[in-house]
Amino acid sequence: MKFGVVRFPGSNCDQDAYYVLRDVFGKQVDYIWHQERDVKGYDCIVLPGGFSYGDYLRTGAIARFSPVMEAVIAHAQKGKFLIGICNGFQVLCESHLLPGALVRNTGLKFVCRHVYLRVENASTPWTNSAKVGQVLRIPVAHGEGRYVAEPETLQKLNETGRILFRYCDDKGNISEAGNPNGSMEGIAGIANESFNVLGMMPHPERASEKMLQSADGKVIFDSIIKTLLLQ
Amino acid sequence: MINPDIYREMGLSDTEYQQIVGILGREPTETELGMYAVMWSEHCGYKYSRPILALFKNYREAQEKGALENAGVIPLNDRLGIVFKMESHNHPSAVEPFQGAATGVGGILRDIFTMGARPIANLNSLRFGEIEGGDECARNRFLFEHVVDGIQHYGNCVGVPTVAGEVMFHKSYAGNPLVNAMAVGVVDLDGIASAAAHGLGNPVLYVGSSTGKDGIHGATFASVELGPDSENRRPNVQMGDPFMEKLLIEATLEALATGDVVGIQDMGAAGLTCSTCETATKGGTGMRIDVSKVPQRETGMTPYEVMLSESQERMLAICRKGTEERVASIFRKWELNAVVVGEVTDDGIVHVWNGDKLAAEIPAKSLTDDCPTYQLETAEPEYIRTVQAFDPLSVPEPADYNAALEMLLASPTIASKEWVTHQYDSMVQTQTALGPGDGDAAVLRIRETQMGIALKTDGNGRYCYLDPFVGGQIAVAEAARNVVCVGARPVAVTDCLNFANPEKPSNFWQFKRAVEGIANATEIFGTPVVSGNVSFYNETPDGPIHPTPVIGMLGILDDVNRCCGAGFEEEGEVLVLLRAGNDSCGGLGGSEYLSRIHGIEAGKPPMIDLEAEKRLHSCLLEAIADRLIVSAHDCSDGGLSVCLAESCFYKNLGAVALIRSDKLGGLQASAILFGEEQSRILVSLRNERHLKRIESIADKYGVQALWVGSVGGDHLRITLDGKDLINSPVSQLQAIWRNAIANIMTREN
Repeated sequence: MKFGVVRFPGSNCDQDAYYVLRDVFGKQVDYIWHQERDVKGYDCIVLPGGFSYGDYLRTGAIARFSPVMEAVIAHAQKGKFLIGICNGFQVLCESHLLPGALVRNTGLKFVCRHVYLRVENASTPWTNSAKVGQVLRIPVAHGEGRYVAEPETLQKLNETGRILFRYCDDKGNISEAGNPNGSMEGIAGIANESFNVLGMMPHPERASEKMLQSADGKVIFDSIIKTLLLQ
Repeated sequence: MINPDIYREMGLSDTEYQQIVGILGREPTETELGMYAVMWSEHCGYKYSRPILALFKNYREAQEKGALENAGVIPLNDRLGIVFKMESHNHPSAVEPFQGAATGVGGILRDIFTMGARPIANLNSLRFGEIEGGDECARNRFLFEHVVDGIQHYGNCVGVPTVAGEVMFHKSYAGNPLVNAMAVGVVDLDGIASAAAHGLGNPVLYVGSSTGKDGIHGATFASVELGPDSENRRPNVQMGDPFMEKLLIEATLEALATGDVVGIQDMGAAGLTCSTCETATKGGTGMRIDVSKVPQRETGMTPYEVMLSESQERMLAICRKGTEERVASIFRKWELNAVVVGEVTDDGIVHVWNGDKLAAEIPAKSLTDDCPTYQLETAEPEYIRTVQAFDPLSVPEPADYNAALEMLLASPTIASKEWVTHQYDSMVQTQTALGPGDGDAAVLRIRETQMGIALKTDGNGRYCYLDPFVGGQIAVAEAARNVVCVGARPVAVTDCLNFANPEKPSNFWQFKRAVEGIANATEIFGTPVVSGNVSFYNETPDGPIHPTPVIGMLGILDDVNRCCGAGFEEEGEVLVLLRAGNDSCGGLGGSEYLSRIHGIEAGKPPMIDLEAEKRLHSCLLEAIADRLIVSAHDCSDGGLSVCLAESCFYKNLGAVALIRSDKLGGLQASAILFGEEQSRILVSLRNERHLKRIESIADKYGVQALWVGSVGGDHLRITLDGKDLINSPVSQLQAIWRNAIANIMTREN
């Protein structure tokens, strides 16, 4: 089982994703340079958080055109696993691997704090170690994390169980107060149709050790590791 | 003969100009004159502060050994060390707050990674004018909002967490905010990079962003008072690009790891001028560079402009001959410029060529070590006697203690800083064990060890205004106390000394006294000042700022899992006040209470007994090591009542405190509730059983361990001698405290 963490110029959570996979989960993991055109050896690829290419123009908009993304898209189209966290989620939307877009937070300011997520679907490769309705405490850190999509898209996401996480309060209630960025329907993370691609704004890699004040994010890595083991 | 107006405009005196002519044996060229002006400014040359800074033992010894490096290194274990430094960016932030603050962060980060250290934390200490009020405060709110925006923009993008700091508001900072940025890095002790240009013929590599016309004479601008024409100084402000900086961090650390780089220095203040002459001086060598080879943002830049530009995100790297292509390719991989612009020589001279034309020929040392220094006059300001004669106990008691507490909690200086800290990424790099608001200091784990470091900045301008010596001592003591509260041993200090125009004897007296206070405290605590920065001329036509030395303290935890937060965790915890201070006014002098409730800024600042303070630290560290302590919080701004309230807010828990005045010097209620007596820490214990043990530890160190009450309920209730003084729902107090700044910033803008 081998993980790859893509490094775009300006990625800054690449090392966090690398450490969590290597040190907390004891998995084999490599960095993948943005000019790489071959990603064949990897079972699961992580598009990490950060400010790829400075996020000039629009978040994730330039990264989409980087050489590595062509290979990453092919990897996803083959049904292999791909997770985009924060800026990685933005890149996934820009690349049309996931529907919708991430725009400026309603508060107009960058927001970094712990939030609560409710697991909406526990029968996916990314959540099979969690329970539906489970509340996870995981931090967000973004200026442009407000998920928006057309009504038809939202309907389709809902109908097909592709909304994996919603922002909620500490009791699991979906509320405006629990939503840090104004995302539609409190959406924090979604999957593609075949569930091999996950995009989420919160950072599970920042919440996988108790000493970082929460280990709730582990369940996402545990799930994908289980999925890969059972493959 | 150069027109005197030209060099005077650049900040050089007639005598200094004559010295330059003497050194060169001729009239300087325009480029040379600019190079001297900027290197001999207070900002680069420390011409006024150097004699006073010699009061810092470490500084003096380093200066004598010629080993003043970019930042001090504190060994953590036998393999790793911590480097840290703080620097001001006050004047740029006053005229262009977003870029001023952003480049402040960028500049201090470069000081860290040029040493081969990976930056792991940012902190910042900010001061603004008052923000509550109508249009007269609009500029202060604008500066506050945009300084914070600049810091979050740069720090978040570059991927270094902003983990701690402080923000305070006072009218003396209106028009001249203080923006002090601190950065911390971790370095392999055998991989510390040098900033010296060694090796005759070694190529000099210019790396990073190209050079533009921004920031020319930025250092000189930092060395004058702000005035009505300061707006015109905006071209002196540098422009930052955190994306470039992120690339530069990764590329630099990768290049340094090859061992092919013999010396490296960032181009901060005074740009190419500073980096060439300082590396040459340190290497005891000379340097020849050709400015026509420097990557430039626009055509037709003169050698003067290239040498004085303070364009950001640039470094000068001296490579072993023959490796320059290999080193350059690393920077190019990260899509950065990397061009050989010159070489190391052995004649002690910096030669600046522009193609085949010689633009400057200066002995390197004359720009650095030979910068003239001055012994400025000091005179105790007249106000000191008057303010110190005031008796804070003469102030009438408030009619309603609940209302007084609420007013203090709503004071922007005391109120929650979440509006600020939630804008900063405080968790990237996944090392933050205690972030903003979690404890009295930030705690970071150090990868591949059990260890952690604690970080905090502190400085109280009001105390220093009333007595700069005591204010300096308290700044160190409080920073150390904060670090102790999270369970760390204080080990070393960086400082940023913000003062007004030193050429006025009353201001220089404040500076000298504050430095004496800091030197005294750091020696007693065994926490040497290992790096720092002086910022003078912080004054506007409306007057000088309060003298504001800011202390950045580094602490070490042997086991990061033992770190201790500041909030109560559970109902039933027992509250104990550890007290080693004894102020006859209970610390009311210079308190936030006097200022906020009574509009008085007078009295003597709280007295501090540094030996007692040190015993308090030992006491708490032992109690934490014995696992007796659930939470520990320093009693500072707003006194015991604010301290209790803040510890309640963490988990929205109530508390009952039953206080007897005879245990606290028999003082009046306001002094006990709101006085800022030093050397006090409020701790909570898991249960009553631990009380005896903490009392015996306290006894051993000569510290008073005063049972105060317990955690529980949903009210904060404080009684004095059986009488209820404070009794308010925690949720109500919390809402006031948590929303105060956000309300001001959304309502007024």
